[in-house]
Amino acid sequence: MATEEKIARFREIAAAAKGTSGSLIPVMHEAQELFGCLDYEVEKLVAQEMEVPLADVYGVATFYSKFHLEAKGEYQINVCLGTACYVKGAEMILEKIEDMLKIKVGHTTSDGKFSLEATRCIGACGLAPVMTVNDEVHGQLTVDKAERIIKRYMSETGRK
Amino acid sequence: MLTLENLNELRQKTLTRSNLDDKRQETRVVVGLATCGIAAGAQPVFETLKAETAAVQGVNVYRAGCIGACRLEPLVEVYEPGRAKVTYTRVTPEKAKEIAARHIIGKTRLDEYSEELDFTGQLRIALRNCGIIDPEDINEYIARDGYQALAKALSDMKPLEVIETIKKSGLRGRGGAGFPTGLKWQFAAQNESDQKYVCCNADEGDPGAFMDRSVLEGDPHAVLEAMAIAGYAIGSTKGFIYIRAEYPVAVKRLDIAITQAKALGLLGENIFGSGFSFDIELRLGAGAFVCGEETALMTSIEGKRGEPRPRPPFPAAQGLWRKPTILNNVETFANIAQIILNGAEWFAGIGTERSKGTKVFALGGKINNTGLIEVPMGTPLRFIIEQIGGGIPGGRAFKAAQTGGPSGGCIPAVKIDTPIEYETLLELGSMMGSGGLIVIDEDNCMVDVARFFLDFTVDESCGKCPPCRIGTKRMLELLGKITSGRGEAGDIEKLESLAALIKRSALCGLGQTAPNPVLSTLRYFRREYEEHIRDNYCAAVVCKAMICYEIDAEKCIRCNLCKRNCPSGAVTGGKDVDYVIDRDACIKCGLCVSKCRSDAIKKKNC
Repeated sequence: MATEEKIARFREIAAAAKGTSGSLIPVMHEAQELFGCLDYEVEKLVAQEMEVPLADVYGVATFYSKFHLEAKGEYQINVCLGTACYVKGAEMILEKIEDMLKIKVGHTTSDGKFSLEATRCIGACGLAPVMTVNDEVHGQLTVDKAERIIKRYMSETGRK
Repeated sequence: MLTLENLNELRQKTLTRSNLDDKRQETRVVVGLATCGIAAGAQPVFETLKAETAAVQGVNVYRAGCIGACRLEPLVEVYEPGRAKVTYTRVTPEKAKEIAARHIIGKTRLDEYSEELDFTGQLRIALRNCGIIDPEDINEYIARDGYQALAKALSDMKPLEVIETIKKSGLRGRGGAGFPTGLKWQFAAQNESDQKYVCCNADEGDPGAFMDRSVLEGDPHAVLEAMAIAGYAIGSTKGFIYIRAEYPVAVKRLDIAITQAKALGLLGENIFGSGFSFDIELRLGAGAFVCGEETALMTSIEGKRGEPRPRPPFPAAQGLWRKPTILNNVETFANIAQIILNGAEWFAGIGTERSKGTKVFALGGKINNTGLIEVPMGTPLRFIIEQIGGGIPGGRAFKAAQTGGPSGGCIPAVKIDTPIEYETLLELGSMMGSGGLIVIDEDNCMVDVARFFLDFTVDESCGKCPPCRIGTKRMLELLGKITSGRGEAGDIEKLESLAALIKRSALCGLGQTAPNPVLSTLRYFRREYEEHIRDNYCAAVVCKAMICYEIDAEKCIRCNLCKRNCPSGAVTGGKDVDYVIDRDACIKCGLCVSKCRSDAIKKKNC
C-alpha cells in the first residue's frame, strides 16, 4: 500500500474510533500495524486525526513496550526471558543470536532484515526456553537448535 | 432473542451432533490447539487428521484448547462410542496419518504412540472444558451446560442472591491477592451510579504464568458468561476484557466468542427476555506489566499511560472513568458459572478452611511434567512437585519453588510439605500469585534469581512513585554488585533496609511487592548471599564473575568443535596438543560445553 493510501485508510480508522472513549490505544495499535512504527510523522497524524495533544500520543507510545518509535526488521526475533525460560538458560540462546546477527538486543541489523528483542513471558512456559520469529513460536530450544533456526531464516533472506 | 427452551434444545442438538457425552454414536477426535500446542506443531497434525478422515462417515475432528500436558504436545485424543478415550502424544503429521488409517478408520489402537495422562489428585473446575470443547464454537460450550448459570441467575435469582451465593462459596480472587470475590461485588453493588463496569483482568504479565491464557484459549465463553452474571449482580451493563497483546490466539478466540454470543442473544439487549442487557468489549494491552495492577489497568482502558492511582477511592466506588467498577481475574470468573449451577456449599466443600475451591498452576522450570494443573486448595507442594510434576529432570535436587512471580517469593525444599493456600504461602514470605509455579533446582543461584526478578521490576516500574522507580534500581545495583563479585560487607543490610522502605512507601501493589523476591531468598538462602560477598563463591556455579571453564584432557577427544565455535578465540590446542581454555580471553558463554561431544568441559568455581 502506498503511503497516501495508508494515510487515507488511517483517517477512516480514526474517524470511526474518535467518538469512543478510551480508543487512543486501539487506534495506535492500528497505526503501528499500518505504518510499521510510530515515528514522529505517524504520531503527528494520530494526534491530528484523534484530536488529542501530540504529547499524549508520545506519552502513550513511550509507555508501552509493544509500541516502537522506529521501524523493525522484516523478521522480528523475540527471545523469551520469562522465569521458566531464564532458569533453563535462555540467556545463552540470546547471546548466541546476538553473536550470529552481530547486533545487540533491542537493535535491528543494518540491512533491515532482523531485529532482536528480549521479551517477557509469552506464556509457553511448558516449552521453555522459547523464542518467536514473527508469529512463529519455537520451543524446547537449545543453543544449537536456536542456531539452526536462525540460520534457516538467514538463508531465506540470502544472508551468510 | 433466545429463551431457556431454545438454549436447552441447542444443548441437546450439539450433544448428539458433537458426540460430547457418553452416549456418543460417532468418533470424536480432538487436537490440542492452544498456543503451546501450536508451537509444538499441532496445526499440521490437525490439518492432516481432517484431510485423512474427511471422506469417512461418523468421524469428526475438532480443535480444542490446552489438554494440560505441554511436554507431550502435540496431543490428540480419540473418543469412540463405547470405548475408553485414547490419548496420543508427540503426534507428528506422519503419526497422524497412521492414527487416522489404523485407529480412527481401522479401529485398532496404536499403543506405541499413546500414553494415559495421569490426572490423579487434580480437580478441574476452572479448566473443566479446556481441552475438551472446541473454543471457537459456542454450541459446544452450550452442550456442556454453558450459559445455564446465566439463565438461572436471570430467571431464579435476585442480584443480591447471586452476591450472597458467591460470598458463601468462599471464592477468593485468583489474580494473587485473594480478596473475597463476593465482597468485592457487594461493594460495587451498593454504590449507586448511572453506569457501572465489569472488568476482566487478562493481562497475565507474571513471567512463568499461562493459566489465564489457557482458560481463554480453551473456554472463552466461561469468562463471558461469568462477566454477564457479575454485571447482573452489581447492576452493570458494560464489560471490558483487558488482554495482553502477546496472546494473539486468546484474543482471536475471545473475539469469535463475543461475536457468537451476541449473535445468539446471550450478550446484548434483553438477555433471555429478562430485561437485563450486557455487552462486552475487548481491550488490548500494549506490553506493560504494571497494567495488571487494577487502577493502572483501568487507566490503560481509558486510553492513557497505564499508571496506577492512589487508593482509596477503591474501584468499587470510583474505577473505570470514575464509575463503580469490579475487576476480576480470568480464573476467578471461570469458577463463577459452576458455583451458580452447583451451589455455594458444593464449592465451599472443596479446599481448606480458609481457601476454598481449586487453584490452577502453570508448572514450569526444572520439572519433568511441565504443564497446566488444577488442584484443590491445600494440596501439599510435595504432591505437586513429585507426583503431578514427576520430579526434577536429570536426578537433580529440588531447591525451591517460586510462586507469585516478581511479587512473590520462594518456598525452599525444607518447606515442601506445606499445603498450598493463600495464608500458608504468605506466612512463608511468598504469595499465591496468579499461579505460576517455577521449579528451581540446585543448578540455579538464588542471588541470580533475585537479580532476575529485580531486573524485571526495574524494567517494568512505571516511574510514577520514587520508592519504586529509584528504590528498586538501587536494589538491582546492589544485587549486580554481589553477583559480579564486587559485594561488600553491609550490602545485605542495605538491601534489607531498602526493601522495608519500598514495601512501606510505594504507591501500588507492583512496587510494594517488588522487594519480595529478595527478602524471600534472603530468608532461606542468606548463606548464598554471604558466600558471594565473602568468598567470591557461587555454589550453583552460575555467576560468571566467579566461575571458569576447564577442559578435562582425559576425556577430551580433540575433535576441535569447542575451538571452532568459541566466539572469543579462547580455546587453543590441536591434534597433538591438549586443548586449553584461556581464562582471560574466555567470555564464559558456555557454548563450548553445549558443543562438546565427550562431556569434557566443565564449569567450576575458581
